[in-house]
Amino acid sequence: MLRAAETGEKLFQTHCAPCHGAKGEGGRGANLAVRKLPRAPDDAALASIVANGIPGTQMPATRMTAEESAALVRFVRSLGRTQTAAVPGDRAHGEQLFWSKGNCGQCHTVGARGGHIGPDLSDIGARRGPAYLRTSILEPEAEIPENFASYRKVIYIPDNYLRVHAVTRDGKEVTGARVDEDTFTIQIRDDRDQLYSFRKDELRELRKDWGKSPMPSFKGVFSDAELQDIVAYLASLQGAS
Amino acid sequence: MKPFWILCACAVGLSAQVPYERILQSAAEPASWLTYSGNYLGHRYSALKQIDRSNVSRLKLAWMYQTNDLNQFETTPLVADGVMYISEPPSHAAALDLRTGRPLWMFRRTIPSDVRACCGQVNRGLAILDNTVYLATLDAHLLALDAKTGHVLWDTVVADYKTGYSITVAPLAVRGKVIVGMAGGEYGVRGFIDAYDAKTGKRAWRFWTVPGPGEAGHETWLGDSWKNGAATTWVTGVYDPDLNLIYWGTGNPGPDYDGDVRRGEDLYADSVVAVDADAGKLKWHFQFTPHDTHDWDATQTPILIDGNFRGSPRKLLVVANRNGFMYVLDRRSGEFLTGKAFAKQTWAKGLDDRGRPVLVPGMDPKPEGSVAYPGVHGGTNWFSQSYSPQTGLMYVAMREEGTTFYRATAEYKTGAIYTAGGIHGLPGVEPSGAIEALDPATAEKKWEFPLHSPPWAGVLSTAGGLVFGGTNEGNVFALDASTGKPLWDFQAGAPAQGNPISYEFAGKQYVAMTAGRVLMVFGVE
Repeated sequence: MLRAAETGEKLFQTHCAPCHGAKGEGGRGANLAVRKLPRAPDDAALASIVANGIPGTQMPATRMTAEESAALVRFVRSLGRTQTAAVPGDRAHGEQLFWSKGNCGQCHTVGARGGHIGPDLSDIGARRGPAYLRTSILEPEAEIPENFASYRKVIYIPDNYLRVHAVTRDGKEVTGARVDEDTFTIQIRDDRDQLYSFRKDELRELRKDWGKSPMPSFKGVFSDAELQDIVAYLASLQGAS
Repeated sequence: MKPFWILCACAVGLSAQVPYERILQSAAEPASWLTYSGNYLGHRYSALKQIDRSNVSRLKLAWMYQTNDLNQFETTPLVADGVMYISEPPSHAAALDLRTGRPLWMFRRTIPSDVRACCGQVNRGLAILDNTVYLATLDAHLLALDAKTGHVLWDTVVADYKTGYSITVAPLAVRGKVIVGMAGGEYGVRGFIDAYDAKTGKRAWRFWTVPGPGEAGHETWLGDSWKNGAATTWVTGVYDPDLNLIYWGTGNPGPDYDGDVRRGEDLYADSVVAVDADAGKLKWHFQFTPHDTHDWDATQTPILIDGNFRGSPRKLLVVANRNGFMYVLDRRSGEFLTGKAFAKQTWAKGLDDRGRPVLVPGMDPKPEGSVAYPGVHGGTNWFSQSYSPQTGLMYVAMREEGTTFYRATAEYKTGAIYTAGGIHGLPGVEPSGAIEALDPATAEKKWEFPLHSPPWAGVLSTAGGLVFGGTNEGNVFALDASTGKPLWDFQAGAPAQGNPISYEFAGKQYVAMTAGRVLMVFGVE
């Protein structure tokens, strides 16, 4: 029988670390090494997230015993008491670059500002670690988020911005992000922010470009220092508090 | 349209509203739906043909009934003599007016807060016999309710819910008896099938699906592991009145993912058992997944067909199993006749000539995870399959979704979850599904209609040449039973998680099915 602390860490390394990082520093999953977890104000809420996942995100549900869950929750809480290194860089300069040189707001929203074609970044600093953010800027297709891999009973609206290309029977072509889909219909937002709803039997072709992103790589566009500043800015975006 | 009072008058004065003989002869009255699968043979087929390929595109809502509970609405309605009888989550029942859907009575049961239900506080339907409807509850009681008023006639404790037992199954009423199964396979219970005297509620027999000391099959369990061996019976079985045999599917062995503590074949988990209806004695069994470590319950309602196999008439039992294979058995003896994968599967090279899987090595769950198809929810799940005597095909809602299975060690504690491991979905793979038409004599696939995601709803076939079903995105739909071509669909706004039925009222055919919290009844204007 393992002691509770060891059990918690072992469970964390098996189930959580692949996304949240070995020390909970974040990656494709949120940074858990923080004093307050925005979605889990108390231990019961954290245990519930472990048990049920977070619908509409990549966070899956994991079945475990009450003892395992308690041990894991204790371990996750302990991560927030360790001092983690601050993200280096000039946040204010990063913000300036985001809206000017990068023109990121053409597609992305922060707060009330920006476009709708790409994912909302208002709380991206709470959802992704700095290393993941840096990679996403340099290689947007390095990892395209998907939301359909969890243990689930109910399908939620896709938020993975899957690139799709549709051709209607009369030859009209639409390329954009999948907003929603069921067996008989699909809803698409094109790159000019126009929303379409098709019955699939009206389409001659429906292609899904798994792994594709309309976002350009910023490799060679930003200097290393600028990149560091942008990552610092993105890491600071924690959503409405 | 006939005046309503005429229909009421027909029912008044009958002392036994739905006697056993009426259920037995259900083929003679397709206007009704008298038992979970429409008939004792598990066909979930309606001989009504007013709604057909030519007019199904004009199907419209006639009425809706909404439940207040937030759990999945999985009921199969029963229809008899102008009344629809439904169960609602968690363990409620109601009788509805067939013209309007307005309740004629409602039975509400308070469920203790400490009941355990792994996968939702649900109920899958009622049974009816004579003037009584039967409801099995999450706190593991079986209730007899007066079909006219909903008043409790008797209330029998089936098992102690505090030890992890619960009941979600629709009971099966046969001659003088009510058969009921149980759930709790993730809580280390020991499975059984029970029969109760329909009049008194007194237990007539119990068949333990995990044999005790001294019984055949006990040796397939390591040490005391049989005590928590699960093999639960949470989906309604079928009945062959000529052979007087009940056929019932059993669930996963417990604990789900760690097979080391229960080395052996773990009988009668993941099996279909044939037990005689009078005494509950085992006639034969067939185990689909020996020593399962992937939670592949074999609880799917089997289908009984008097058909031909390789040119000779045979009494068949056919079922598409959660493990990804479809099986054709001789239901007199349990002999395996043929089988074939109907869903994506990676755990077996195939089936041998006795129907046992030829295993791919290394597929058991591991502490670091091990990927398998079908995933934990199987190539299909609890929801019903259908057989159409008109097309000679069976129809299955198929799921394609892999899972990473993790093994851990677990200590059994009374009433606590006992799975010994966990599961994750596969990143980067969008799961899918289909409605498949399969030949029940050869297990060959005839057509498939792709679904956007793995379904959680069953199918109904009708003499109108149609197959009805539902999707997890809220579509309910009708397909051409011969070709799979979609002919009608309707967006219900929440996942379909029940089994459709069809019936006739005032000379018109209707189709009823649930999605979200709503029971919808459709007819052609």
